[in-house]
Amino acid sequence: MRSYLLSRLWQSAVTLVLATIVVFLGVRALPGDPALAFAGEERDPASLAAIRAKYGFDDSLLLQYWRFVSKSLTGDLGRSTRTNIPVTDMLASALPVTIELSALALGVAIVIGVGAGVVAAVRRGRPAEWAANALALLGLSIPNFWLGLMAILYLSVATGLFPASGFVSFFEDPISNLHHLVLPAVVLGTGLAAVVMRQTRSSMLEALGADYIRTARAKGLGPQTVIGVHALRNSLVVVVTILGLQLGGLISGAVVTERIFGLPGFGKMTLDAVFQRDYPVIQGVVLVTATAYIVINFLVDLTYSLIDPRIRLAGVPS
Amino acid sequence: MTQTSGTTPPETPTVEPSVAGLATMGTPPGGETAPRRGRVWRRLRRNPLGVVGALILAISIATALLAPLLAPYSPAAVHFDAPFQPPGTVGFGLGTDDLGRDLLSRILFGLRASLEVGVLAVVVALAVGVPLGLAAGYFRALDAVISRFTDLMLAFPFLILAVGLAAIRGASLGNAALAIGISQIPGMIRVVRSETLRLKELDFVAASVVDGAGDLSVLARHILPNALSAVIVQATVAIPVAILGEAVLSFLGLGIQPPDPSLGTMLAEAQQYAARAPWTAIVPGLAIVVVTLGFNLFGDALRDALDPRGSRR
Repeated sequence: MRSYLLSRLWQSAVTLVLATIVVFLGVRALPGDPALAFAGEERDPASLAAIRAKYGFDDSLLLQYWRFVSKSLTGDLGRSTRTNIPVTDMLASALPVTIELSALALGVAIVIGVGAGVVAAVRRGRPAEWAANALALLGLSIPNFWLGLMAILYLSVATGLFPASGFVSFFEDPISNLHHLVLPAVVLGTGLAAVVMRQTRSSMLEALGADYIRTARAKGLGPQTVIGVHALRNSLVVVVTILGLQLGGLISGAVVTERIFGLPGFGKMTLDAVFQRDYPVIQGVVLVTATAYIVINFLVDLTYSLIDPRIRLAGVPS
Repeated sequence: MTQTSGTTPPETPTVEPSVAGLATMGTPPGGETAPRRGRVWRRLRRNPLGVVGALILAISIATALLAPLLAPYSPAAVHFDAPFQPPGTVGFGLGTDDLGRDLLSRILFGLRASLEVGVLAVVVALAVGVPLGLAAGYFRALDAVISRFTDLMLAFPFLILAVGLAAIRGASLGNAALAIGISQIPGMIRVVRSETLRLKELDFVAASVVDGAGDLSVLARHILPNALSAVIVQATVAIPVAILGEAVLSFLGLGIQPPDPSLGTMLAEAQQYAARAPWTAIVPGLAIVVVTLGFNLFGDALRDALDPRGSRR
């Protein structure tokens, strides 16, 4: 166990270092003078020289990289060239929105996906399985942003059941906050629900054919107990796995969903930065995403090894 | 493939070629054997959903290729006298948008762009993923290095990658395809690597090594041909993901740029008028759903047909 943890930790650290190098070089790969990118509106030679000196663009790459890493570690990601607000502050106000949206979407995906997956596995070959499979296929084929547009069109604009856009902080008004997030969470969660459903179904089918289930049945346990207990345990594994595998998709999906529903989160911050060529913000966004991805996947693997002892015994999965 | 189902190690969906290999001891089985190909084809044809998927694919590919011939108008042709015509209007079968542009013509050309991005992205994934997957599975020394490379790519989700590429190189069809393709490399590496790991333990590979075949020749003549079916399944699954990716990026303004028609940009433009002319948002969206559904149905059927256990898991 300890050696598994250590090697996994080492791998994550190496990946993280590589990711910082990619981000660092990415900024240097910008067309033209990086000082121009960071200058924003002020483009006279004097302020460009000042920026070059301030960011040390004339120093050696190694020294620049070192400065970039040590600054990032202390939470200094630079300032927006548009608003002059520190990138860290922007992240602090945008991330909670996105994290809440993603958590709710994950909840939607788990409820729908695990439910449909268990039904499809238990009712094999019956209409219920067929329906669950069809739903999963549709979930995989419908672009979530289109689903969002349709939801706004038919559930917000036409009926006024849900707000079409906007955001209210949970601490200001929890009910209104959830009301604003219902549609976005369902829209973001549907595609994920399809993936969860398929995984749940295949792992349930596998479990239902396994010896320990036969033993449980032979002991005289009712089908509900057998399915209930093992379904629960399996769904736990499925959900943890999905979180690791689909995290990238969840982040990408959140960006689009926020755009459609006008949520002031990480996605809006990212897209605004691209269209305004706000390079320090883009750099911060990419760095934070990569770091979050690596850290969360490390935690997922830890959890995974706690749930399923075969993983830590079999060594490091690559 | 059923990745990490939690109760068994990940399995790959292809037939063990060991029987053929043993029977011929050392002579290469030359990839897919003829009887097997026949069986796969029979299974594929027996699956009604797969047939539907294949039909949708054939029709969408044909219409995309023939778009210039089939489209009643140029996708950019503006009809100021006929804005917001609903579907069914004479002359505009699927209706028109705010500028009176024919939706059918725009969808045909948009589909063409979608498939173009889908194919380009998968070519990127294949070109990088297959060699790296082979190397990672075959040469133990390279496995750890390639795994870190894979982890690194995974750490940049496709949209973030697209954001970065758009910032550095500008938004375009090519950069959208590149971002999507890069994000599909890790999946391709994983599939090819696990196939290679499995195949290299088989007797016919060992026999050809004993015969004095070099590493490259073993990879090219034995491993790659036998890993091909897994690669094809992975590519079939990757294309609809790429099509959805293109739509998302173009919708956000990070992909194909207006006025070039793309299903994503059409939806972005429709967003403002959706309440007044809902079909401008519904029709392109349905086009995306139908095409991705076609690929997904076909991909599922293909995976089932290639699965030696004969049943889907």
